[in-house]
Amino acid sequence: MLEKALSGSKSYWAWIFGLLVVISGGVACWFWQFSEGLTITGLSRDVVWGFYIAQFTFLVGVAASAVMVVLPYYLHDYKAFGKMTILGEFLAIPAVIMCMLFIFVDMGMPNRILNVFLHPTVHSMMFWDTVALGGYLVLNIVISHFTLSSERREEPPPRWLKPIILLSIPWAVSIHTVTAFLYAGLAARPFWLTAILAPRFLASAFAAGPAILILLAFFVRRVSTFDPGKQAIDTLAKIVTYAMTINVFFVLMELFTALYSDIPEHVYHFQFLFMGLEGENTLAPWMWVSSILAIVSLIVMINPKTRGNHNWLLFGCVAVVFSLWIDKGLGMVIAGFVPNPLGKVVHYAPTAPELMISFAIYAIGLLVLTGLYKIALEIRGQLKAN
Amino acid sequence: MKSSRRGFLKFAGLSAVGVAGTAAVATKTRASQEHEPPATEGKRLAMVVDLRKFAKDDAVLEKIIDACHRTHNVPDFADDPKNEVKWIWTEEFETAFHSQEFHYIREDLKGKPTLLLCNHCDNPPCTRVCPTQATWKRASDGVVMMDWHRCIGCRYCVVACPYGSRSFNWKDPRTATNLATIESTYPTRMRGVVEKCTFCDERLARGEQPACVEACDNDEMVFGDLNDPGSKIRLLLAEHLTIRRKPGLGTQPEVYYIVEDPRTLQEVAPAAEVFEEEGGYA
Amino acid sequence: MYDASKIVAGLAVFVVLATSPLWYNAISAAPPDAPELQQPPNGSTECVEATDYMRANHMDLLDTWRDTVVRDDVRTYTSEAGKDYTMSLSDTCLECHSNKAKFCDACHTYSAVTPYCWDCHVIPEEAP
Repeated sequence: MLEKALSGSKSYWAWIFGLLVVISGGVACWFWQFSEGLTITGLSRDVVWGFYIAQFTFLVGVAASAVMVVLPYYLHDYKAFGKMTILGEFLAIPAVIMCMLFIFVDMGMPNRILNVFLHPTVHSMMFWDTVALGGYLVLNIVISHFTLSSERREEPPPRWLKPIILLSIPWAVSIHTVTAFLYAGLAARPFWLTAILAPRFLASAFAAGPAILILLAFFVRRVSTFDPGKQAIDTLAKIVTYAMTINVFFVLMELFTALYSDIPEHVYHFQFLFMGLEGENTLAPWMWVSSILAIVSLIVMINPKTRGNHNWLLFGCVAVVFSLWIDKGLGMVIAGFVPNPLGKVVHYAPTAPELMISFAIYAIGLLVLTGLYKIALEIRGQLKAN
Repeated sequence: MKSSRRGFLKFAGLSAVGVAGTAAVATKTRASQEHEPPATEGKRLAMVVDLRKFAKDDAVLEKIIDACHRTHNVPDFADDPKNEVKWIWTEEFETAFHSQEFHYIREDLKGKPTLLLCNHCDNPPCTRVCPTQATWKRASDGVVMMDWHRCIGCRYCVVACPYGSRSFNWKDPRTATNLATIESTYPTRMRGVVEKCTFCDERLARGEQPACVEACDNDEMVFGDLNDPGSKIRLLLAEHLTIRRKPGLGTQPEVYYIVEDPRTLQEVAPAAEVFEEEGGYA
Repeated sequence: MYDASKIVAGLAVFVVLATSPLWYNAISAAPPDAPELQQPPNGSTECVEATDYMRANHMDLLDTWRDTVVRDDVRTYTSEAGKDYTMSLSDTCLECHSNKAKFCDACHTYSAVTPYCWDCHVIPEEAP
């Protein structure tokens, strides 16, 4: 089936070529980072995790969101999602790959990455995150391979696949929970030390992921004859709406606890995010954009007239994704470090090489996504010809 | 022909994975043969910093910090604060204990330079999060150790430390001007690993005190074994009011700060006499 | 076979590339002399273990020393001959083999091996 990704139109190859250009630029930057060290990023002694880990955190959510299509279809026989599951899994795979790449480029000694497996450490959440992500990647590859090849042969998938598919449901929830556990168990970081962090992660994942899936479905409809179906899109839109509502509610809960209790070490981080602290306010405009987009997206998504109109829905989904990308990535990660453990305000902004490497990873993800979607569409296209 | 070529590729891929996996398992079995730690009585090494003995611009502060950083070839990136690496340093008292939210403070403590270093906590969050056990708490004496050969530079320990004690090598430390010539044979670290104070484990092994303690003129820092009830450090803790950084987090930091009024300094003498009689710090 | 000419041509190119270390060495100029290791300038004739053993196993020995010192806080090594040594690259090994360039690098350069010990471990002052 892989050979289906190796043939295409002029615009297909132009797109692939463009991605390869971005990737090579980023790879060159990464080699420079590998020899010089992470000093070429904007990170410093106090802000030790930044743009790379922010992208990882956001993308784990996107990867987990495939469950929002798999669960209704396989557990509740929701037939409308029949055509969407492969798109969901084929979004999860590049998302997990990008997660792993963002971790890899963030490591000080990436050549020692196998130490995580040579010296497994059961009390470290990072060890479990590696296991969970690796397992999830394997799960999705196995599931999508066997379902798609069965579809190609116009046969039902093998029976032993069903329990594996069902396993992927709690596994998807666990990859994002364990990622939240990286943050939520640290006494040193009061901004993250909240029980609602894992639920927030899941809610934002189940909003952003399906929103991206809707956008991809719209794109697929434009470039092929494949149509996931109106009911599938409408149900996904409802899922995005509920998840986004719950996520905004959770954020408001956090704001209440921090601001009403008025405990300095809780208040300062929110103050830094939305107002700036001691003149350091790089993130404030971003956070306000994120908040406004969140409200706007809710207005668009909750109103059934706009949610049902695919132009409005497209805008709503873009608003959801962008709002959550800011909030969960840059906002959540960087505010954990400012102020630092000694109460000092520090500055962080990603540098150009840091951004270039990040763009390249996104390009790699898009490359994998393009190849996988091409394969799926070709196979579906073939079926149509019969 | 088409389906058997596909089958051949699948078979080849699976074989490659199988061979790599077997090799990995074989390597892991060899790598996981850890050595038994030596049987010693349990010590709990700790530090007391006597703040009564430090004045602003005190020359001994630089002497102490210098002793540590020189002994361990710590790079000096003073002109490049983004890449700063430090094992021991000073902050103003109000900053060191900022969760006290001081509004009115005793005069002598206002702006007092306070030495900060790794607290070698009894319940360290940093060792809990390390995915490779590149940092761990030694059972024999409580030192929170670093293995710079194993560290993957993920910086999770830096994130988990509530005291900001850890530094990451953002670049090759040997590019710092102070390391153009290296005098101490203590290994430098390389770009990409996290480092911090290790209570001078190499000096402890030789029966010496940590370099910072040895650089003191007058017991500004006292080091010893908390499990020895007759040790100098235990006597100090019994006689004086001490505080620790962020004790409410449950980390059980083992660096104690004497915050009494400096006019009580005369009373230190008895503790010093007992120390001489007992014959050493341990 | 389909595309036989392309496949055979591709295979031929691959074989040439894969065997290049063999034929390139065969046709180039005389190989470099075998490495000459400097004897310890301080006159010592006895290493931690026998020379043959060290030649084959010094890497494993150093790895074991590394883990034993750093992770187990055990710093004394008892050799096969029953003698005690402090396990230290810079302070024990290099006490005798004090010229890294004329000892360590001689073999490592010849066999194109680049151990990364020296990124961190300090080379004592060069002796003659």
